[in-house]
Amino acid sequence: MAAHVWKWLREHAIVIYAGIAVAYTLIPLLVIAVFSFNDPAGKFNFTWEGFTLEHWENAFSIPELNDSLLNSLQLAALSTILATAIGTLMAIALVRHQFFGRRTSNFLIVIPMATPEVVIGSALLSMFLLYFGASFLGLGSLLIAHVMFSISFVVVVVRSRLIGFDRSLEEAARDLGATPFQTFRLVTLPLLMPGIAGAALLAFALSIDDFVISNFNAGDFVTFPLFIFGASQRGIPVEVYSVATILFAVTVVGMVFTVWQQRRAERMAAVLPDDDEEALPTVTAIGTARS
Amino acid sequence: MSTTPRRRLIPYFLLGPGLIWLVLFFIVPLYYMGRLSLFSGTLGDYTFTWEWSNYTDSLSRFDDQFLRTFIYASVATVLALLIAYPLAYAIAFRGGRWKNALLLAVVAPFFTTYLIRTIAWQTILGDNGFVVDTLKTFALLDEDGRLLATPTAVIAGLTYNFLPFMVLPIYASLERIDTSLIEAAKDLYASASQAFRRVTLPLSAPGVVAGTLLTFIPAAGDYVNAFYLGSAQQAMIGNRIQSLYLTERDYPTAAALAFMMMVVILIIVVIYIRFAGSEALMGDEAEEA
Repeated sequence: MAAHVWKWLREHAIVIYAGIAVAYTLIPLLVIAVFSFNDPAGKFNFTWEGFTLEHWENAFSIPELNDSLLNSLQLAALSTILATAIGTLMAIALVRHQFFGRRTSNFLIVIPMATPEVVIGSALLSMFLLYFGASFLGLGSLLIAHVMFSISFVVVVVRSRLIGFDRSLEEAARDLGATPFQTFRLVTLPLLMPGIAGAALLAFALSIDDFVISNFNAGDFVTFPLFIFGASQRGIPVEVYSVATILFAVTVVGMVFTVWQQRRAERMAAVLPDDDEEALPTVTAIGTARS
Repeated sequence: MSTTPRRRLIPYFLLGPGLIWLVLFFIVPLYYMGRLSLFSGTLGDYTFTWEWSNYTDSLSRFDDQFLRTFIYASVATVLALLIAYPLAYAIAFRGGRWKNALLLAVVAPFFTTYLIRTIAWQTILGDNGFVVDTLKTFALLDEDGRLLATPTAVIAGLTYNFLPFMVLPIYASLERIDTSLIEAAKDLYASASQAFRRVTLPLSAPGVVAGTLLTFIPAAGDYVNAFYLGSAQQAMIGNRIQSLYLTERDYPTAAALAFMMMVVILIIVVIYIRFAGSEALMGDEAEEA
């Protein structure tokens, strides 16, 4: 009997270990959700005091919090549009064309991802201070910074999509008399769309969650993470936990929807030869493209 | 047909906006940071004087933080690897139909604001929290002992926050392994552990190299974990750079520190890649080129 149990444990050890590791990644998220129902006695929401729905009912009743959320959404939307457009064009050039300076371009795209954020933030602030003065800091400087660090990730995601691309579909379009531009608009772009959507989602997530680089270059412009940072020194309102839980839920739904869309598009266009190979393309792309 | 001059210019038009953006807002700022690090004077009256002593001064002033930063980041990277490899292995080879759900769970922390995640650890490791109570019950922690404001808490936070960067590349490289190679090893009478050591592990090495770099670099530059989970005694170099730039406004010292930080990390990465093989970071590019 004991030998039996021991054998079972040996066979499933790695699965058990993985289960514990997954629990470990999820515990803080659970803590955030649970503490959004807390009724703290003082200013600090660190110990469990009692259950209340108050902070869910008033989730959007703190003006500074709402403003910071709107600021973040505005910045992330602008940054996503710019970075996705710029990065997609770069990915197309890198996969589809042979040209002088390719390796240098690749290097320039990889290196920001391998630089600590605190260095990127410091360098941009140094330039803004020396060249424009502190009054330049605000939405503009943040937009410059966010587009800059998002471009590399967009290139990586769109490129991984382009590499698994069935070019015979484009050739067929050309054979049927489509111009290069028509082929691009009617065949390439629609097939590339899931990759572009995934890249845009990643760019949006990177922008809305960025703290370090924004901390350096925001001036008086308060984004959601900067609001949390400021508030955390006086005690974070419980409403922040409710809003964070809402944001989490929205992102998970968006993520699952995108993956579902991607797989549907893949089944329809058979862009990839085997179905499970590229599960969760967006999230694994960061790893895949660099490993 | 691809040799007409107009066609040859196409890639440059496509790349142009992005390359200009990256040069203007990544390369040029590094130049300005280098320049700022050679200024001298006091706030409001900084001038460029090739003040190289900013480097020696800040290094001798903050040598503790430098050392601490690289120790914390290294320990966190090793811990993340120990957690991530079996996890990635289980997802890749034993995940079955749960694969996508498990990957989603691994990246789920990214869907919550970084600061909130770290503040949640403040709650978990708090003085009256469950973890501290349990450790006290088993006498693993003194009655007045605490976890917050200790190196343990900061390293735990770093490990947690950058874990997905370790899991994803390792998973991607394991997933790509042709399982018939492992079967072949077993057919040739390799034991399970031999097959793992001689086939699976070497084939997943690029993922391990990429994962360790993707974890170590942001961990070394981080100041959020030390800020929320540590005290002044756990301050990392990022904390100093942040406060020198944003609070004390001692820009030359701050810029010198940030510049040294970048150079040291660059050197570590280059040495590491030399030893581990260059495939990992630039592998994708090397294949295509």
